[in-house]
Amino acid sequence: MRNSTGPAGASFGGSRYSAGPGIRRVPVFGGSRYSADPRARRAATARSRAARRKTRLTVRLFPFFYPGAPRGAPGFRKTPGHLASVVVVAYLDAASTEPLHPAARAALLSALDDGWADPARLHGDGRRARLLLDQARQRVAAVFGCRADELSFTGSGTQAVHLAVLGVVAARRRSGRLTPHITASAVEHSSVLHAVGYCEREGAGATIVGVDGQGRVDATEFAAALRPAEPAARGHAASPQPPSRTVLACLQSANPEVGTIQPVNEVAGACRSLSIPLLVDSAASAGRMPVPAGWSLLTASAHKWGGPAGIGVLAVRKGTRWRSPLQDGAQGGRVPGYPNVPAALAAASALEAMDTERLARETALRALTDRMRVRIPEAVPDSVVYGDPVHGLPHIVTFCCLYVNGEALVTELDRAGFSVSSGSACTADTLQPSHVLEAMGVVTHGNVRVSLPRATTEDTIEQFLAALPGIVARLRGTADPAVSA
Amino acid sequence: MPRQPTAATPALTIDALGRKCPIPIIMLAAQIRDVPVGALVAVLADDPAARTDVPAWCGLKSQEFVVEQTLPRGWAFVVRRCY
Repeated sequence: MRNSTGPAGASFGGSRYSAGPGIRRVPVFGGSRYSADPRARRAATARSRAARRKTRLTVRLFPFFYPGAPRGAPGFRKTPGHLASVVVVAYLDAASTEPLHPAARAALLSALDDGWADPARLHGDGRRARLLLDQARQRVAAVFGCRADELSFTGSGTQAVHLAVLGVVAARRRSGRLTPHITASAVEHSSVLHAVGYCEREGAGATIVGVDGQGRVDATEFAAALRPAEPAARGHAASPQPPSRTVLACLQSANPEVGTIQPVNEVAGACRSLSIPLLVDSAASAGRMPVPAGWSLLTASAHKWGGPAGIGVLAVRKGTRWRSPLQDGAQGGRVPGYPNVPAALAAASALEAMDTERLARETALRALTDRMRVRIPEAVPDSVVYGDPVHGLPHIVTFCCLYVNGEALVTELDRAGFSVSSGSACTADTLQPSHVLEAMGVVTHGNVRVSLPRATTEDTIEQFLAALPGIVARLRGTADPAVSA
Repeated sequence: MPRQPTAATPALTIDALGRKCPIPIIMLAAQIRDVPVGALVAVLADDPAARTDVPAWCGLKSQEFVVEQTLPRGWAFVVRRCY
């Protein structure tokens, strides 16, 4: 009945916090602050103070739940006056991480109670954790179309990729009869390229295959970069160097920066005919499109599909020559370290939910991204949209606004309430621009990637499209005084 | 009509050394109109992003990217004004 016992944010709906300048705050509930009894007055004041503290904390932690909060409210996002009327807070960076799916949250909370024990132990608590881990593995394997014993959970998608690449090379290096060679596309995730670079420093060979202007690998060119076993090479026993032979091909299912879907099926066919294992990094597409067939090793990351952070997936098909590069591992000797059972269950629940909702969501999100692809070049002069509109992920749009600093653009969009990311150099960890944009040979500055999380509405996209042209125009006006002068 | 042969030396050199992208591109876009059609503009820059951005900008704007030369500091990008 009292305000202090209601939901913390409820007071924003009343007049207590919405009093503008010059308007006296009038208590809404009861009159006990003005009661004749001093004890009742003190109690009421304490109650209202406690309520304000609680509200302040909640608003500071979750400002996006309180779009009606006045600008002066404690903790509320500070916005410049000219933007105050357009403040909407929209998270449009699902390709970096998808917000936790409600199914994952529910599974995580119950698994924290049930699956906390060490699944490697034989006691009852350990066996229960083991059961839950096996269950999570089965459920993820069912979505990915593989056997449960082919699949392991890792600490991240990056760890899964590292283990996949190093494990294949480790399995082949032992024989000493060949120099391992790896073929990978130029637009692979940096974890793939870094692992390949490590193998190169350890003496392996590598070929990086370029992409076209949309970021797509040509399957024929990729197949030509594979070095199959040559039966004739057996005759050259006197050769000082063992023959270089491709032991691994790496191709992502889709590009996380521009959304372009790669020709995995064609490349998988070429790899199969030459008996070369193919690593498919499906981090960008898992839960958003079916996993392409024909992979020998598959990697993914749960936080990209609405699962918790700290869970990756590594699947190694039966018959693939692979061994743990560290030879120390739980989960059948594949992954080092203690498995995160609750997170694995949450990841499985999120993946199943995303996979079930996939078709309906894909149609809705593609309609929105198609709208952006058409409207952005119309609304913003000197802007270009990248990536393949048809054979691309439904939730990613990447575009470039010429003559604008990418970091400034991301910052200004954030001030206007839109969370997006950029592949421009100044926004990355290094001073190098995104290797994907470089490989595509497109303009790297002024880059913005908008990636829609599952429940994006038409209104949000309309608000984004309304805000963008003004922000770009303003940034161009202030780009460089030396030039505009 | 065949294009008039032009001297290999650029008609204008834009010094964007020490400037981060997009400044070199902004300077190029602003100053390429100062040279006659068919003449060359050289952009000096040491931001590695310019190595991608200058050719990509030329492709977008239908200007001709002639050559990239490595300098002791940075690179020189030679562009021909086409219209």
